[in-house]
Amino acid sequence: MTKLWSTTIAPGGKWSGVLAKGRLLTFTALQDDANLAVMLFNAHDLTERYNMPDTLKAQYTARLTRGNVLMSDNGRVLASIVEDDLGWHDTICGVTTREGTDAKYGATNYQTVRNDWLRSGYENFAVELVRCGLGVRDLGPVVNLFAKTACNEEGVMIYDTKHCKEGSQVTLRTDMDVLIVLSNTPNPLNPSTVYPTAAVKLDVEIAPAFQPETDYCYRYRGENRRAFENTETYHLLAGK
Amino acid sequence: MTAFIRTESELNEELAIVDETILAGDGWMKVLEPGQVLRIVDLEGNQAADTLFFDADNRDDHYSAVATIAGQGNIYLTTGSVLRAESGKPLVKIVADTCGRHDTVGGSCSAESNTVRYAHDKLSMHNCRDTFMLQLARHDGGYTKRDLAPNVNFFMNVPVTPDGGLTFADGVSAPGCYVEMAAIARTTVLISNCPQLNNPCNAYNPTPIRVLIWNP
Repeated sequence: MTKLWSTTIAPGGKWSGVLAKGRLLTFTALQDDANLAVMLFNAHDLTERYNMPDTLKAQYTARLTRGNVLMSDNGRVLASIVEDDLGWHDTICGVTTREGTDAKYGATNYQTVRNDWLRSGYENFAVELVRCGLGVRDLGPVVNLFAKTACNEEGVMIYDTKHCKEGSQVTLRTDMDVLIVLSNTPNPLNPSTVYPTAAVKLDVEIAPAFQPETDYCYRYRGENRRAFENTETYHLLAGK
Repeated sequence: MTAFIRTESELNEELAIVDETILAGDGWMKVLEPGQVLRIVDLEGNQAADTLFFDADNRDDHYSAVATIAGQGNIYLTTGSVLRAESGKPLVKIVADTCGRHDTVGGSCSAESNTVRYAHDKLSMHNCRDTFMLQLARHDGGYTKRDLAPNVNFFMNVPVTPDGGLTFADGVSAPGCYVEMAAIARTTVLISNCPQLNNPCNAYNPTPIRVLIWNP
């Protein structure tokens, strides 16, 4: 594996960029209780994007961990979770809004507190989506890396405050050329009344050659195999 | 069954200003004015009414399953649930429910997801996202595929377990069960009455639904 690049996404921070197929993205929580919201798009066709229901239904799960793939609305694999320390990443609770952020952590603004102004996930994504030629109409469910949000028999959602420890890691492999948008903003269900301050490090490497016959994510379920086959057909026809 | 707040409606069918039947595989798109009430009736039971909502005054702000779940802190929809847009704006509120479970994480079937979930040769089958797109194509509102966020599946039972499992259980709906929602904001409603023939939850037999609207 060849190390290509690293960055650290500060609390409240955001980042977007294009990553080629065959990259390994290792995310490391630099403190306890991190939450990094992730959206994925096909870099060559931004109307194709991560689809939470298709991903969950096909893999009969309401949480994401190693073996799971992140499927697009066109039945293809955008990325796979190839390593995971945590066993649970949330994809059903979305991002924070300005109103929610002010209500939970107290109103802040740039004029008064300068760069201590607290960011919201909705605004971070709005900025990055517009930057990339998209807009708020393109918002949808994100993957909240590092967050565990379970529900009880009554459907009540419970955020696990002890889930993510400093040093926890999860690694995604890009299986298509993707636009990735990141927002290091709190999970909406995090009960903390103090804005979380966990930075997240991102290390990008070149992934080993994809070997379907031994690949854990490809072999995880028949549904995953068919999604990879759809991706292969797309690349074959597009000459990629 | 848990997380069900059974509430019957007091509205009189004869006073509805809209009373239409949507056959399985057909779509429907209409704007609700604030205060108007929409009832969706599962005429024969265990049918899925895949439904999307848009802020009619700002079509970029569509229904958000995740904002709805986070907003109420509960994964299931029933009486009292406020269905929110991505911005957090409340669009409609469920005011009556005789069914017991409505799913908001399972989304709609599509040609492509059918190839993943069932087999590659299912690509040609009728599906909800095609129905949504046909409605968007007919609607002079500038909507595109980008606007198709995850939808509500009224009458669908998709239980999530405490350990994060997700299954498709037998439907809990029955002939005549209905759900009713009042518009909080001007809201565009887009329905696909699901033609899914691969899922045993409707006994492989898609059936009609009925939609009624009352003025406030």
